[in-house]
Amino acid sequence: MLSRTAENIFWMARYIERAESTARLIQMGQRMAILPGPIHREEWRSVLRVTGCDGLIEGDRPVAEADIVHLLLLDEGNPSSIRACLQRARNNGRAVRTALTQDMWEALNEDWRRLEHYDLARARRDLAELIDWVKTRASTFRGAVETGQLRNEGHDFLRIGGALERAEMTLRLLDVKYYVLLPETAVVGGVRDHYQWTSVLHALSAARAYHHVYGGGDYTPWRIADLLFLNPQFPRSVSFCFGQIGWHLERLARAHGRRSAAHDTAATMLSELHGRESGEIFEGGLHEFVQTALAVTNRLSREIAQAYHFA
Amino acid sequence: MGFFEMTDRSGAVRSCYAQVQRWVDEVGIDGLQLRLKEAETIFRRIGITFAVYGEGGDPERLIPFDLLPRIFSAAEWRVLDRGIRQRARALNAFLYDVYHRGEIIRAGVVPGELVYRNRAFEPEMIGFDPPGRVYSHIVGIDIIRTDEDGFQVLEDNCRTPSGVSYMLENREIMQRMFPELFASTRVAPVDSYPNDLLATLKEVAPAGAGSDPTVVVLTPGSFNSAYYEHSFLADLMGVELVEPMDLYVDDDKVWMKTTHGPKRVDVIYRRIDDDFIDPLTFRPDSMLGVAGLFGAYRAGGVTLCSAPGAGIADDKAIYLFVPDMIRFYLSEAPILQNVPTWRCALPDECAYVVEHLHELVAKEVHGSGGYGMLIGPKATRAEIAAYAERIRAAPADFIAQPTLDLSTAPVLGTREIVGRHVDFRPYCLVGKRMRLAPGGLTRVALTEGSLVVNSSQGGGVKDTWVLDD
Repeated sequence: MLSRTAENIFWMARYIERAESTARLIQMGQRMAILPGPIHREEWRSVLRVTGCDGLIEGDRPVAEADIVHLLLLDEGNPSSIRACLQRARNNGRAVRTALTQDMWEALNEDWRRLEHYDLARARRDLAELIDWVKTRASTFRGAVETGQLRNEGHDFLRIGGALERAEMTLRLLDVKYYVLLPETAVVGGVRDHYQWTSVLHALSAARAYHHVYGGGDYTPWRIADLLFLNPQFPRSVSFCFGQIGWHLERLARAHGRRSAAHDTAATMLSELHGRESGEIFEGGLHEFVQTALAVTNRLSREIAQAYHFA
Repeated sequence: MGFFEMTDRSGAVRSCYAQVQRWVDEVGIDGLQLRLKEAETIFRRIGITFAVYGEGGDPERLIPFDLLPRIFSAAEWRVLDRGIRQRARALNAFLYDVYHRGEIIRAGVVPGELVYRNRAFEPEMIGFDPPGRVYSHIVGIDIIRTDEDGFQVLEDNCRTPSGVSYMLENREIMQRMFPELFASTRVAPVDSYPNDLLATLKEVAPAGAGSDPTVVVLTPGSFNSAYYEHSFLADLMGVELVEPMDLYVDDDKVWMKTTHGPKRVDVIYRRIDDDFIDPLTFRPDSMLGVAGLFGAYRAGGVTLCSAPGAGIADDKAIYLFVPDMIRFYLSEAPILQNVPTWRCALPDECAYVVEHLHELVAKEVHGSGGYGMLIGPKATRAEIAAYAERIRAAPADFIAQPTLDLSTAPVLGTREIVGRHVDFRPYCLVGKRMRLAPGGLTRVALTEGSLVVNSSQGGGVKDTWVLDD
């Protein structure tokens, strides 16, 4: 496979995943905003922070839903906006048309100009529908991959890109929320905490999974950390995503007959996650753990690019 | 009123259109209009688009599609098939000749200055033998019809004739939407084209390429107007679609950069013009090229399809001599006729052309895509005067042809079936042997009375059927 093709596929998968995660984050913010009390202002700010876009709104002024819809959904100038992500995913896909199935391409191509017709007012009015649309686009794309794409190295790069982006989003969300996960925090058990936890779980579509895994009951920092870091069954957990990355990297290693630094990095990370319990993570410092893990995702991305001759 | 493809001179529906006529009667115009909208939605979704240079607006607009097929009877196709193959053979023989001994020039059949002073002539190719002596591997010949028996060649395309993806997609969409129509009609399939193309390209691999040569399609990139076609063909052949940045030359061999490291490339179906393929040999300012590509080609390390310099054979000034080429190289009578053409390079003919511009179609010899032409009967006095001035300034750059009574084909109008002018481009593949799919691209001028069918000028396309006996 052409290196350019591999690179394009890898990033295409990341952009699609990012668009979907951002849609979920907006949904989380919206959910918080309709709750009584002043807390939602802080929520919108934290949504920005997770996406790495909080620098776009200066000072401490309260972040409003309109800001979010503009910056994260419509803004072409913001490379993290859903519109920019979908646009770039399609451009990447178009550049490697021959590596996509017809269905994958149709999923990227259909209705791709939709967001161009929206101004802020209309986008806010139709926000729920737009978010559903983004999620549906991502699901349709994944469905096309699932049933149609050859399980060749293109597929491996696609999965690795998607899993890396997903792990990164989970980690960033946890980093922004880490203070509410700290058991020592003074307001543990307060109403505010409850909403924060549920918001984290909702942003990751993990609320139901949480209750199924832990047999219902209260939210505790240990369990949440266990689910989102270490549970190999939950598809947005760091452990699950790294499992995927590792599995596809192994396939690449077999196909290519050689391993690279990326393989070592992924294997080390996996064994770290397997051997842990959530309590240890808290002992070592949650924030430190997240920062280290984020550094690993960055390094992996670079090492993969190097190993497979991107650019 | 010219020939209407659907009816004979008495106004009766010709037998090859009988099935379509029944279908129109059954479904009705409104029913067909609905289906047309459906077809357009499918086209849009699967992304068959055509960008037009310099026109602004939607860079990925759709080419208008017409539902009613253009139909050739088996007997008509037999003539076309033979005529097209004959022409493709002669054009390749001509290319070999002008880059070797130039016998047709020595014999006084083709004037030497038309060849050697031509911009499309490539001195770098003199004395070089491309594999199989094939220069133009995909010959697209634009054919028009003036009456029931009169097929005429309007233009030859020996470099990278485009549009074959529409031949395949138009058929695909028609079959998807109207399976019942195909079940009741014997339409010859065209879907072997990608396999034929791949076989052709493999046949012309360099001597050292081994039994399974690596073929790639070279595109300028996703912003090129024909990118859809490039990716479509690579996809159907199952070969890599590469951009110049994916290739490099080392030791007179061509390599593509893959995730496994460098991989050898044997045959390049390039959709990039001569001028741009290699900044070392051709335009040094080309951002598109691969440095050293031409050297690798001359050293036999890779085959370029088409060969650089193949454009000399489809030059509008050379076109005049194709019937002579057929007689000269093949000792055969031309099966397809040329459209009568005046050469402004000859003083007598130039004088005639300038005098009669109001009734002629004048073209720039080096122009393409319907640009830079004058359609006399539709032009204003001022336009004619200005064009005459240009011809006088550089007569050798112009030719002129009569305004032909192009045939019209049935097109779905809003209330009824209407006739619109069409032309036809079949694609003849030339490797060790020749392959010609029974069909091609029918382009249609969707504006009433218009003669311009180029997609770059707003023309549309329709499926082309060749009926089996």
